[in-house]
Amino acid sequence: MATVYGIDLGGRGPALQARGLSVYYGEKHAVQNVDLEIPANQVVALIGPSGCGKSTLLRCFNRMNDLVKTARVDGTVDFHGQNLYASGIDPVEVRRRIGMVFQKPNPFPKSIYDNVAFGPRMNGLDGDLDATVEESLRRAALWDEVSDRLDDSAYALSGGQQQRLCIARTLAVKPEIVLMDEPASALDPIATQRIEELIYELKRDYTIVIVTHNMQQAARISDYTAFLYMGQLIEYGPTETIFTNPREKRTEDYVTGRFG
Amino acid sequence: MSERTPVPIGTAESAFDRRRRLFGVMFAWLCGAATLVGVAALVVLLVDVLIDGLPRLDVQLLTSFASRFPERAGVRAALAGSIWLLVLTAVISFPVSVAAAIYLEEYAPKGWITKVIQTNIANLAGVPSIVYGILGLALFVRAMGLDRSILSGALTLSLLVMPVIIMASQEAIRAVPPTIREAAYGLGATRWQVVSYQVLPMAFPGILTGTILALSRAVGETAPLILVGAVGFVAFTPRGIMDQFTVLPLQIYSWISRPQDEFRELAAAGIIVLLLLLLTMNAAAIILRNRALARR
Repeated sequence: MATVYGIDLGGRGPALQARGLSVYYGEKHAVQNVDLEIPANQVVALIGPSGCGKSTLLRCFNRMNDLVKTARVDGTVDFHGQNLYASGIDPVEVRRRIGMVFQKPNPFPKSIYDNVAFGPRMNGLDGDLDATVEESLRRAALWDEVSDRLDDSAYALSGGQQQRLCIARTLAVKPEIVLMDEPASALDPIATQRIEELIYELKRDYTIVIVTHNMQQAARISDYTAFLYMGQLIEYGPTETIFTNPREKRTEDYVTGRFG
Repeated sequence: MSERTPVPIGTAESAFDRRRRLFGVMFAWLCGAATLVGVAALVVLLVDVLIDGLPRLDVQLLTSFASRFPERAGVRAALAGSIWLLVLTAVISFPVSVAAAIYLEEYAPKGWITKVIQTNIANLAGVPSIVYGILGLALFVRAMGLDRSILSGALTLSLLVMPVIIMASQEAIRAVPPTIREAAYGLGATRWQVVSYQVLPMAFPGILTGTILALSRAVGETAPLILVGAVGFVAFTPRGIMDQFTVLPLQIYSWISRPQDEFRELAAAGIIVLLLLLLTMNAAAIILRNRALARR
């Protein structure tokens, strides 16, 4: 069993609660019986070596694994007391309320404006689209750089700007939780720093779960850290404890760089 | 470490180095020669046809119907028939093929049934066109009672080009990066929205190119159309899809099989008209694709 420390929920229910979560890719048992409680308005980092199942676990939280035809998910993920995997739950609604930012910036081949407006348009939220676009771009700290060229192609932006555009696009559908799958791994240090500052800003309004390969990044930006190894949750608790005083030997070896 | 004697670059070519350099040069020449074979064949064909046909290429050729007298004969009926057939085939085959491609790529469960369908489509693309002609004759002309009409011809040609368009469209749809689909799904778009707002617009240039190339092939078809009843001698332009018709390749064939030299010149002129039609279609494909790409 995993070592799990008390998670301070701040008097509220958890934003997400996974119980007995398992994912199979064909024969491969990629995530094994994971219990995880994500507190609201906090940043939770998922760390672990390549192939440990952290991205797969992240994708369980908004049912992105549904798109992988060979994947099968067992267990429950509760969101406001409702299991996301219960029959009758529409994954489309799940993904609108639990957004996702991907590893590589993946803007649509459209204008900056249309990229941000796509989500609201698809979800029928286009009341005042201009205002939504502006607000989302401001929140993603991109507005000042693009406000005078919203009709330009998103491909004309730099990698770091594209990733902030993808964050803005995610925020535009007003999710409660934002899942980030190594959002800065394809970016240079300056762009990475901007994304990290942004994550710090965003946690006031959103719950953030972030997968990262970069342990310094996890230590810098997260409140809680979960260490996964070979599909299992090994240790989960306050980031400071995980990095300075872990109880599990494997966690200590990993965070001190002895393997992984 | 032992001391190395400095060797200036370019002074120590071994036998091995010489050999691989030679191979490189030979390979390049060989590929160049292979390219020339195709180009040369095209040039010979064009020159031959132009020499024979250019003197006969005039407005009268386009405005006259077929005739026993070569000096009065023209391609009017055949050109009109080809264009009618082309447009009708496009209207029938394009939507059906693209829809099939979308289904196979985006909706079909990845099971053995899908695999069987997929293999069948690939095989259909290789079926000789005369076989489609027999099918068209039995199904459209006889069983459905459509008679020897443009519609029968267009339906037959649609069957012929659909496998090609389906496969080209699937290729184009598959080439849309999965990250784009993920991004759209991640924003709470439904499958229909992902397909119609992101995947199709990105795949469209490829689909268009595949369609026009397949239709170019259809325009040059003769055999299946003979079977469904296109005739060599038509002295009117079709007015509707139930009219009888002829097409350029058939007209060319019927002229070329006559003994008189004048008819052979006429056939060469007809070939030029056919080539111009194909050239126009390919140019249209390129322009439409570039325009679609520029909109990104």
